[in-house]
Amino acid sequence: MAGFSVMDTLFQRTLDDLIKGLRLQLMGESAFLSKALDEIRREAKSTDPDTKSAALLKLTYLSSLHFYDMSFAAFHVVELLSSTRFSHKKIAYHAASHSFDDSTPVLVLITNQLRKDLTSTNEFEVSLALECLSRIATVDLARDLTPEIFTLLASSKVFVRKKAIGVVLRVFDRYPDSVRVCFKRLVENLETSDSQVVSVAVGVFCELALRDPTSYLPLAPEFYKILVDSKNNWVLIKVLKIFAKLAPLEPRLAKRVVEPVCEHIRRTGAKSLLFECIRTVVSSLSDYEHAVKLAVVKIREMLVDDDPNLKYLGLQALSVVAPKHLWAVLENKEVVIKSLSDVDPNIKLESLRLVMAMVSESNVAEISRVLVNYALKSDPEFCNLILGSILSTCCRNVYEIIIDFDWYVSLLGEMSRIPHCQKGEEIEKQLIDIGMRVKDVRPELVRVSRDLLIDPALLGNPFLHRILSAAAWLSGEYVEFSVNPFELMEALLQPRTSLLPPLLKAIYIQSAFKVLIFCLNSYLLLRGDAASSSYSDKLVPDVPGLFSERDSVGCSDLASCDAPVEAELDEGFNPRDLNQSFGGLSVEYGGEETSTCGQASASASLKDSFTHESITNLLNRVELAVVPLTRSYDVEIVERARNVHCFIELIKPQMPDCLVQKEESSDTEEAEASKIIKLMHDAFSNDLGPISVSAQERVSVPDGLVLVENLEDLETICGDVQLPSLNSFSHGSSHFEEMAGVSIPIFQSKEEPGPSNECTSLLAEHRKQHGLYYLPSEKKDGDYPPANDPQLQANSNDDEDLAKLTEQLLVSKKKPNHAKPRPVVVKLDGDQVPIAAGPHSQEDLLSGTVRDVLLGSETKPTTRSSTKRKGKEKLNVDSTTESKENLGDVEKQDQGNSSTRKSKPHTHSKGRRHRSPGKKGDEGEENCQKAKPKSSGRHKARQRADAPLNVVSQTPVIPDFLL
Amino acid sequence: MIQFVLLISRQGKVRLTKWYSPYTQKERTKVLRELSGVILARGPKLCNFVEWREYKVVYKRYASLYFCMCIDQDDNELEVLEIIHHFVEILDRYFGSVCELDLIFNFHKAYYILDELLIAGELQESSKKTVARLIAAQDSLVETAKEQASSISNMIAQATK
Repeated sequence: MAGFSVMDTLFQRTLDDLIKGLRLQLMGESAFLSKALDEIRREAKSTDPDTKSAALLKLTYLSSLHFYDMSFAAFHVVELLSSTRFSHKKIAYHAASHSFDDSTPVLVLITNQLRKDLTSTNEFEVSLALECLSRIATVDLARDLTPEIFTLLASSKVFVRKKAIGVVLRVFDRYPDSVRVCFKRLVENLETSDSQVVSVAVGVFCELALRDPTSYLPLAPEFYKILVDSKNNWVLIKVLKIFAKLAPLEPRLAKRVVEPVCEHIRRTGAKSLLFECIRTVVSSLSDYEHAVKLAVVKIREMLVDDDPNLKYLGLQALSVVAPKHLWAVLENKEVVIKSLSDVDPNIKLESLRLVMAMVSESNVAEISRVLVNYALKSDPEFCNLILGSILSTCCRNVYEIIIDFDWYVSLLGEMSRIPHCQKGEEIEKQLIDIGMRVKDVRPELVRVSRDLLIDPALLGNPFLHRILSAAAWLSGEYVEFSVNPFELMEALLQPRTSLLPPLLKAIYIQSAFKVLIFCLNSYLLLRGDAASSSYSDKLVPDVPGLFSERDSVGCSDLASCDAPVEAELDEGFNPRDLNQSFGGLSVEYGGEETSTCGQASASASLKDSFTHESITNLLNRVELAVVPLTRSYDVEIVERARNVHCFIELIKPQMPDCLVQKEESSDTEEAEASKIIKLMHDAFSNDLGPISVSAQERVSVPDGLVLVENLEDLETICGDVQLPSLNSFSHGSSHFEEMAGVSIPIFQSKEEPGPSNECTSLLAEHRKQHGLYYLPSEKKDGDYPPANDPQLQANSNDDEDLAKLTEQLLVSKKKPNHAKPRPVVVKLDGDQVPIAAGPHSQEDLLSGTVRDVLLGSETKPTTRSSTKRKGKEKLNVDSTTESKENLGDVEKQDQGNSSTRKSKPHTHSKGRRHRSPGKKGDEGEENCQKAKPKSSGRHKARQRADAPLNVVSQTPVIPDFLL
Repeated sequence: MIQFVLLISRQGKVRLTKWYSPYTQKERTKVLRELSGVILARGPKLCNFVEWREYKVVYKRYASLYFCMCIDQDDNELEVLEIIHHFVEILDRYFGSVCELDLIFNFHKAYYILDELLIAGELQESSKKTVARLIAAQDSLVETAKEQASSISNMIAQATK
């Protein structure tokens, strides 16, 4: 064994060797490391402390820089802790503080070692133990070592004392009852002359006050003295932080502090202190106008500074001050908006937040304009941040700040066209939401939707699909506002809709259905009017030619229904057949579009357009588009397509009849057709409205219906149900291929639909016919430029323009008069979701104890509590063992019901065994002669003792000399 | 308070990690990966603060090393920048114009210095001189202990045990 040890020591790899080996990397890092770890495992078991310490040092290195698990060595660390040699101890403590946590089982073994080191005469050993304790203290350790910490808090060595103060934070955290013992000494340390000690003590109080400020109000005089007297910036910063928390709680205190803080602002040259002062003023002293003014002046200086740090912090400070003093932001508007194009993304983000804070009813349009322009020229990430914040700001509180909805809706449309826009889902939501809530805006919504739908390039961008589906839905739902439903129908049925995922495609079909019904119904109404007023039907001359054409198409379509095999053949000629007739139509539409500007002329031309010919063509067009879809893979599409198809089948035989034979008054059939159409129209014409969030709650649960409370198992069922993913949208086009006789499904990439020959020719045909929907062809047929090509977007997003716009925004300060009153926005009570108050009882135990100690001892010493405290303090000072016992008891009463600590019963029973004599006496003293052997009795006694304290703690008292 | 301190080289190698709040080894790796991605990607003339989860990370680059400290929302960024600078100055004084290699081979000493500077995530000593004195005193303690250990009589005692 001895030989092994010596050899081991002599030939052991040191940390240096390990690092050198790692850097050389002769055998690959992971291989080298696993070899080194094997060595360490062996060496750590060695009985020789030198070998062990070297091994642990290496292990700590690997653990802290390469994140190896070193829990296996925990026991060896404990072994090494007990070494008498300082160098070993140091390594062991370092390893312990690095690797131990609350769940480390060997922690229970080090209590005595820690106690020994804490009471050591070597101050460096004490320091090591304190350092380690500040990291690893558990409830047990904190409880057992409180007496030692208490002693060290008054150590004559500054070096040790300040570390003890630092440890107190962790000890309080773990074992709140230690506050009763240590708090007074901690407070005393605030008043010592040594600035380092004060600094650490203030740091601890700062941390404590952040968690629960109210408890520390009584200490305000001490903090105030430091604020006024101290010249140490580190200390001042911490004290300011404390006051930032205390001032909002006690207005008199705020009044008192505001002057010294301003004095610091004026006097100091240190940026960190200056910033802390500013932050204190803007966050907690914002009621004091002169202080805020001073702070804003300083913020301005920071904003124009070259140092990006100061600029960033200045912007942050502004955003804190913004809610209460918007003028401060408006004053610096220029800088803020300029920062939107800063090189630093963090600064950009911060200024974006500020810009959004400035938004109000009167300037939302201008600000959105500027922002959209910035979005156009920024990188995708920031662009979407801008869009996201515009969207969320505008929809806040049911579109509170929007007055002109027409403008907002067109902005939404514009945003969808911005390159990099990925906010499809949000825009979709808002478009539909506005459609349902705001009646007056629907015509504009339909117009915007039309513009989106009609652009085939947009279909190529998967991020926009959601928006397009919203547009499709809107234009179907509110088709009565449409300027030209025929055009809309074309847009809804255009070939590139095959790029849509099936669910959205289904929405398109459904919308087409609605448009169709609307057209038929309008036609019937119109015709009915015409028929009743004058019998001379101007449509009649058209009829014969059209009739024959329609007839042939109708036949082939019927055939296609009967025999799908034939249908494939039919597809070949059908389009051409139809397109001929559509050629005339689309020209007509083109002319129309130019003429339709105002609503009046639109409706006039709309009336004209519902001719017999146009309706028939529409029917055919829809049928042509829908029939292939009835064989789609997707259920939704098939379902919708079948609906439409069946409807057309139902209507079609009767339409021509009623047209031709009108004079012959075969009213029965006509009536039937119009009845069906009317029925369908009625079915679709019911207005859909928004639904309150709490709607479900108002429906009472019927008897006998058992609701499952826990829906967790639902997740396993629904886990694989997802929204249609993007890669599933080649369905439509693969369908085309199948029709063309290619039986092998071709999988296409996302970007390129890769149309087959058949497809391309169809597309080319369509393109020729409906040039209006297509972008000017620069590239090959069917190859669309990406929807979001920056080059294609208006070239107006130059810096100059931006600057001009920005200037305009800056100049125009007067409120624009809104000619239009704000339209009615439907609101439901469920729209404002109440924000649940967060749970706020975490620190109760600690703050409760602090309050007990502070208020009990300093302001209103009730007889009982004072005797109790006295007794306890005496105990603490007199003998550590006794105080320990005392603590153990308190602990038990307070936390007897907490089940989190597993190791507690063990140590506790141990403590009891050791110190059973004298226990009763102590208890009696503590509880004012009410000691009872049973814990329930003790508990009661304690409650009684606490009762007066609790009353006091609700009204914190600040000594009057301060106020 | 300071949640943790990281030293990352420009190549993304870790040179020092010190955790003042509990993180498991797994979380530590994750944190490091996340942060080094964010911080190393930032250009030279940007501000030294990054928002990360619910914290803020203050970093500063000295030569090839990034010194990062993660702090709470309420903490003062500029103060932390000063602490970082303070730490660097002390390291510089101790190693004599410190370079990355010093920290690579004396990683434990960098820890000891940090431990004298911060405790429980708070600054405990703002005087460079004091820290230097304390470190020197402990070094000499370690040295004497080592000398004792390596004396021949000790070796013999060990071997014949």
